[in-house]
Parts: sequence; C-alpha cells; structure tokens
Amino acid sequence: MAEVSLHSLNKYFDTTHVVKNVDLQIRDKEFMVFVGPSGCGKTTTLRMIAGLEAISSGEIRIDNTVVNAVPPMDRDIAMVFQNYALYPHMSVASNMAFGLKMRKFEKAEIERRIKRAADILGIENLLDRKPRQLSGGQRQRVALGRAIVRDPKVFLFDEPLSNLDAKLRVQMRVELKKLHERLAVTSVYVTHDQVEAMTLGDRVVVMKDGIVQQVGEPLELYNRPANRFVAGFIGSPAMNFADVTLADGNGRVTAEAQGLKISLPDALASRARSKAGRKATLGIRPEDIRVANPGDSADHCFEAEVEVVEQLGSEILLDTRVGPALMAASIDPESKVRAHDKLRLVLNPARLHLFDAETEAAI
Amino acid sequence: MAVTALAASETRRVPIRLRKLEDERWLALVLLMPTAVLLGLFIAYPFAEGVLLSLSSAKVGDPGEFVGLANFAKLWDDNIFWTSVWNTFWYTGVTTVFKLGLGLWLAMLLNRHFKGKAIVRAFILLPFIIPTVLSTFAWKWMFDPTFSVINWTLFKVGLIHARINWLGDSDLAMASIMVVNIWRGVPFFAISLLAGLQTISPELNEAAAIDGARPWNRFWYVTWPLLLPVTMVVMLFSVIQTFADFQLVYVMTGGGPANATHLFATYAYQIGIVSGLLSQGAAVSLAMFPFLFVIVVVQLLYIRRVETR
Repeated sequence: MAEVSLHSLNKYFDTTHVVKNVDLQIRDKEFMVFVGPSGCGKTTTLRMIAGLEAISSGEIRIDNTVVNAVPPMDRDIAMVFQNYALYPHMSVASNMAFGLKMRKFEKAEIERRIKRAADILGIENLLDRKPRQLSGGQRQRVALGRAIVRDPKVFLFDEPLSNLDAKLRVQMRVELKKLHERLAVTSVYVTHDQVEAMTLGDRVVVMKDGIVQQVGEPLELYNRPANRFVAGFIGSPAMNFADVTLADGNGRVTAEAQGLKISLPDALASRARSKAGRKATLGIRPEDIRVANPGDSADHCFEAEVEVVEQLGSEILLDTRVGPALMAASIDPESKVRAHDKLRLVLNPARLHLFDAETEAAI
Repeated sequence: MAVTALAASETRRVPIRLRKLEDERWLALVLLMPTAVLLGLFIAYPFAEGVLLSLSSAKVGDPGEFVGLANFAKLWDDNIFWTSVWNTFWYTGVTTVFKLGLGLWLAMLLNRHFKGKAIVRAFILLPFIIPTVLSTFAWKWMFDPTFSVINWTLFKVGLIHARINWLGDSDLAMASIMVVNIWRGVPFFAISLLAGLQTISPELNEAAAIDGARPWNRFWYVTWPLLLPVTMVVMLFSVIQTFADFQLVYVMTGGGPANATHLFATYAYQIGIVSGLLSQGAAVSLAMFPFLFVIVVVQLLYIRRVETR
C-alpha cells in the first residue's frame, strides 16, 4: 500500500540542471514506467526516489510521508539494478537473505521468504550457487528475488532488462508483468526502450532533457501524443513527419507541402484554422497509410515513389519519397510492390497529428 | 589460409638448425633463457654462496674452511640474535597492523569524491617516493634528544618538562623506528587498497544501503570481503619488506641502544660486515629464511583460499 508523489522535484549536478520541476503522482499498486533517451533524467529521478541521490529542491513523499531526508534503508523500498548488483562473495540464498538479516528478521522467517521468492521465480535449484556461476537471466531473477523477499512498499527498477539478449528480454518482460500482477506492489520502472514502456506500464512518463513531456496510459501516449517528441519516441516503426504549411480556403483547412495536400478532419481543422498560413509539422504513423483504392477521396491521397521494400511477413514496410519528405508505410504483406514503383497512397485522416512548428506541441 | 601459406614459404627459407625453434619445447627454452640467466646470476648464485659461507669459518681476509652447522649452533646461544628475532617479529607485526588500519582508513577517505582529490592522492604517495635513507635522516633529526622538534612541541604545549631521549631508551627507540616505518609504509597500503576499492562497484554499496545495511555493516559485509584478496597481497608484500628491513633501523639507531633495536638484517650486517665475521653474518641472514618462508607460505595459501571462494 503505497503512493509515491513527487512535487516540483529538481536536481542539479554542479550547474547542470538534470531534473526539472517534476510533478508526479504514482498511485498505489501502479506500475509506472519512466521512459526517455539516455541523459533525460529518468534514472536520476528514480535514484532520488530511492534516496541514493540527494534532492536539490522539491519534495518526495512515500505513503504521504516526506522522505527527502530519509536514508534509503528507512524508505522501505527495494531496487533492482541494471547490472544486478548481486554480492559476488555470497551465495544466491545469502544475497536474498542479506536485507532481511540486516533488518534482524528471524531465521525461520528468512528461510520461509527465500523459499517463497525462489518458488515464484523458479530459482530453487540455484540457491547455493555464487552469482558468477549464473547466466545473465538467472542473475536477473536473483536480483528480483532479493527485492521480493523484502516485501517492500515500492519496487524500483533501473533498466533491469537492458543487459539481457533480445529473446530473454522479451521473456523476462512477460514474467515481470505476471510478477507485478501477482504481488501488486507499487512499482517504478526506468527504461529507454519504448516497447518495454508500452507493454509493462499502467502509465508511462515520457521524459526529455529533465522535463516530463507527457504522463499517461500507453494507448493515450500512442494515440494522443502531447508533442512531437512523444509522437516520435512512442511507437515502432516511428511516426512520419512532414513539414507543411496550413491553408484555409473554401471552408476547408489543408496541410500542404510539395507533393502533398491533405485536408484536415473537422476537429483538427477547427483547432488549426487560427494558424492558417503558418508552418506546422504533420504526423502520421506508418500503419495509418495504405495503398489507395480508386474510390478513395482525393483529399487524403498523395503520390509516392517507393525507395525500399522491407518484407516482414506480417506486413510490408515501405520507405517512400513524397516530394522532399520521406514517409514509411506499413501495408498488406500480400501487396505486390517493388522499389522505384510509383504508388498512390492514402492516409487515415482520423489518425492525423499536427504539431506546432515552433513549440512542437500538438495542435 | 594466407597465414599458413606465409608460414610455409618462410619455412623453406630458414636454415635447418633454426627449424628446431618451431618445436614449442625448444622455443620455450630459448625464450626462458634470459630470465633464467638473470635469476641464476643475481639470486640463485648469491643464495647458494650465502649458504656455503654460513657453513664455513670465513672472516674478512680469511676464506676459512667448512665447519658444518657450527655458526648456527653459536647463534642458538647468542642472546642478541634471539633479541633480533623477537624484535623482527614484533616490529613486523605491530607496524603491519597499523599500516593496514591507517592505509585502509586513508583509502576509504580517498575513495570519496571531494575537491582536489587528485592532488591529495599524489601527496599521499610522498613518503613512499622519497628515498628511505633521506626521509629517515629527517626523522632521526626529529627524534634527536637535543634538536627534536617533537620534544620542543611537547615541551611548549606543556606535556613534558624534561627532554625525552627517543632513540636512547630501548623501548622508545623501538617505538620510534616503528613510527617511521608506519609513516613510510602507509602510502603503499593506501594506494593499493584504494585501487582495490575502485574495483568494487558502487552499486553494491547502494544495494546494501537499500537492503538496510548501516555504514559499518556495508563495510563489514560487502566492502571488506571483496577487498580481502587485494588486502592479502598487499600484506604479503609489506610483511616481506618489513621483515627484511634494514636501512631504516641502520640510519635511526644502528641497532642500538645496546642492540635493543636489531633486526635480522641489521644484526647480520653488524656481525658480517662491521665485525668482519662473514660466515656468522651469513648464518644470521639465512636464519631469516625459514621464518619468512613459513609466513609467506601461510599467506599464499590463505590468498588462494580467498580468491577461489
């Protein structure tokens, strides 16, 4: 049972401002993911929650208690580190027991908890081994076990899967999700991988340059990105962007660029009308573009030249050129398309995004 | 492919007598030769010569003759020899404990982040860099009964009312040379242990902090066990060095007062070179060997146990 809240949180390293005015409410039992490129301040924020990094200004509360000056050991948190941080000279069992021993738990209770955690994680047969005798995936489990046995108020994860190979990462991701469902403990998870963020998070915080860009449920970030950065960061393959000029005429608002003239749907048009004549950035995800049929409205079609065809089996990823802009489109895998073909494509107007050219905020 | 082809064409050109080098056993022999010659010339030969000398009755100007273990038998009844043995152990034991304690403390301090860390680290090494004879002379001056700056300070502060004859009293003299040895040896411990500390990932300490370990527990359960292999190696080097220490005692007290501060090395020098009884001096030197051998073997066994843990 624990909420974590951050109020006007700031962190300076000497003169560098790495975390800027972060305000955030993490709800009880919520799995909150911090995602962003390296150096965006996500790990520093996590370390401040852990108490490993001092706060420059602001306030952190865990369970409605201000913990700004509370040392890590008294915050009742457990952390899983990127490099596992297992004690190399202790066996797996001792690694898991250490935190309980330090907190003067009884021996029988320690054994009971280790057994339970080992059971959950499937590492019963590794208890006598030393960390160096384990594979990366096994070490990761032990690190998780060390966190689980503590029964903490909050779990903190610092890029826990980034040292694993791709296949294992997917597998552990699923297990982490199951684990969270089973234990239902408030969790804060830091990653630079937007797929991990989307799949694991109840909600996701996107950070850049120490500033929170957007907080929301994964689909919300995907469907309604607050700005161009979030739009480009969330989703794979990434959203297409084209520099356009907005025009208002004949009762329609259009976004125009060389080789492109798209008329905006009503809701978007009403928001964009006041910016007519100004520059903007048009955003459309590859999966929202398809090959046009003769019946499609010319308002949403454009001509493109195929540059590269990537057959992925489940889809074909086309890299196309539209005027000066590059557009990726994800189309039906059965389509017969070859490089240098000239195609007529259509986009789904309901899925259009428009961003202010200067502020990059969504219009 | 290219490599094999090249090797094949090379083979055709090398003279037959050099072909033997393609056999790894011959090549190994050739490569080992320079080291073997150097070791033989500068270590094995003097050692063997020392053993022979200790079994003879050689003096300066008299090659002497073989007398068996007579020199050792004589040492057995020599009180000064037994004093040196005791002194050497006492000197090595006490200074090692202090050097380890102070060195570890310094290393932990230097392992923190603070301004001017690089400069402080460099300065820490000074006692280690200055030639021992020079720094020891400076210390001798500081312990001088008349000119002692230590006496002067204690006197001014009001702690003493009469001069202390640091090097004239047997217990104080021993304590004094220990102080100098510790001063000289701490940097080696500090820098080596600091290097050891830096191999320990800071994440481990952070994990322990989150696990609820207070600073002392973090040191005792995480840092110390992980530092132990390095500590043991550093101790090994230091014990060997200290056990065979010579210049420090020679400059400070010359083994005095009344032979109270003789170590193996200074006593061997006193008998062998100063008194000219070469064979007996050699016997004293050699007597150091079994003691040192046992110490080193025990430590090496322990190191191996620690490292394979």
